[in-house]
Amino acid sequence: MKAPRFQYVRAESVEQALDLLNRHGEEARILAGGQSLMPTLNMRLSQPAILIDINRLQALRGISVADGTVRIGALARHAEVMESPVIARHLPLIAEAMPHVAHVAVRNRGTFGGSVALADPAAEMPACALALGATFVVRSTRGRRAIAADDYFKGLYETARAADELLVETLIPAQAADRISVFMELTRRHGDFAMAGLACVASVSGEVVNEARLVYFGSEVRPILATRAMAAIRGKKWGDAAREAVNAALTDDLDPMTNLQGSAAMKLHLQRVLTGRALDAAVARARTR
Amino acid sequence: MNDEETLQIALTVNGERVTRTVTVRQHLVDFLRNELGLTGSHLGCEHGICGACSVRVDGAVVRGCLMLAVQADGSEVITIEGLSDSGEIADLQERFVERNAMQCGYCTPGMLLTAAELLAKGKPATREEIRTFLSGNFCRCTGYHAIVDAVESTLNRRIGGAGR
Repeated sequence: MKAPRFQYVRAESVEQALDLLNRHGEEARILAGGQSLMPTLNMRLSQPAILIDINRLQALRGISVADGTVRIGALARHAEVMESPVIARHLPLIAEAMPHVAHVAVRNRGTFGGSVALADPAAEMPACALALGATFVVRSTRGRRAIAADDYFKGLYETARAADELLVETLIPAQAADRISVFMELTRRHGDFAMAGLACVASVSGEVVNEARLVYFGSEVRPILATRAMAAIRGKKWGDAAREAVNAALTDDLDPMTNLQGSAAMKLHLQRVLTGRALDAAVARARTR
Repeated sequence: MNDEETLQIALTVNGERVTRTVTVRQHLVDFLRNELGLTGSHLGCEHGICGACSVRVDGAVVRGCLMLAVQADGSEVITIEGLSDSGEIADLQERFVERNAMQCGYCTPGMLLTAAELLAKGKPATREEIRTFLSGNFCRCTGYHAIVDAVESTLNRRIGGAGR
């Protein structure tokens, strides 16, 4: 189908975009990569009054590292993140996850900030950002504020970002050299939306998981930090007993959505399978480090 | 239609300067097909799933149905017509013919544009990597084997491998 009518403004400055957001609020949509927004327009699932195109805003571009913190500009394309030596070196979790994001043509256009702003429950980048303890910087005509990833994801496509706020950048602490990260997801075909997925950052000594930060996505309405499963595994030797303990704890951490891709029970099962594989991988990676 | 918001855009399409006034809600492939008569870019699903609308914008392959024509203002757009005329993929097209890597041909322009990006990297790729690279382009006829064969054999010849 064809997109419905809308007003279109190509923002020439961040201030202009903020001014338009302030004026139009919920009626406005930010057009970044457009890889999720455009399909909803073409299918007439959304009908914003005005599109604010931010693609020309140089201030929102770029990937850099300073003082142990990686800055990913909201407009950094997935392909740029995937090929970035800064990401490969300082955020290997994201480097591992990026090939799972859709397909090459979508990655060439889709943006990191757009993924975080939309907060699709099956999206990889929100889960990685949460696992890595990211901070999202948003701006509005009211000012600038930083939102911790822990406080940002509220529900299905629901975030702590207000309607008049523009996500401008994501700040992520560089992964410490002694941390192991693992990213895994299950899809029916490569590049499809994940049915189940896990972003894991762990400290492992030998077979012992000192601690692990486990974030689940795909099955839930939002990326979930599995605090009970994390407590169940903390300080444990990875083996059958730990596997059982973490699987049991996941029952309380997760509340999977039943949809066309499967039942809640099946998705809980898949997340447990992924947990086992991910921790197997973490221990194996610790060994070969 | 008179109250539709329009905007003038100037871009390069297949090496030629083009200036047109377009409605702001028109996507890039409707512009290429309907305004410029470049019908090699196809519309399958029109929501970013099938890849039939693939075009090259500023050097990177993108979904032409997920980009507005007004967003291409100032850009350099290459469609299958331009890519074909340039000779850049003449070898790939030969291999497609040789392997009969198409039946109805609907997905072929998108397949060629995506494969061209992989070939341009000039790096070796396994069959699995070729499949993954092409995974955003759907073909409903061939079952992909012949397409992967054609891309693999082109890549091998280009990088001086054994070829077939």
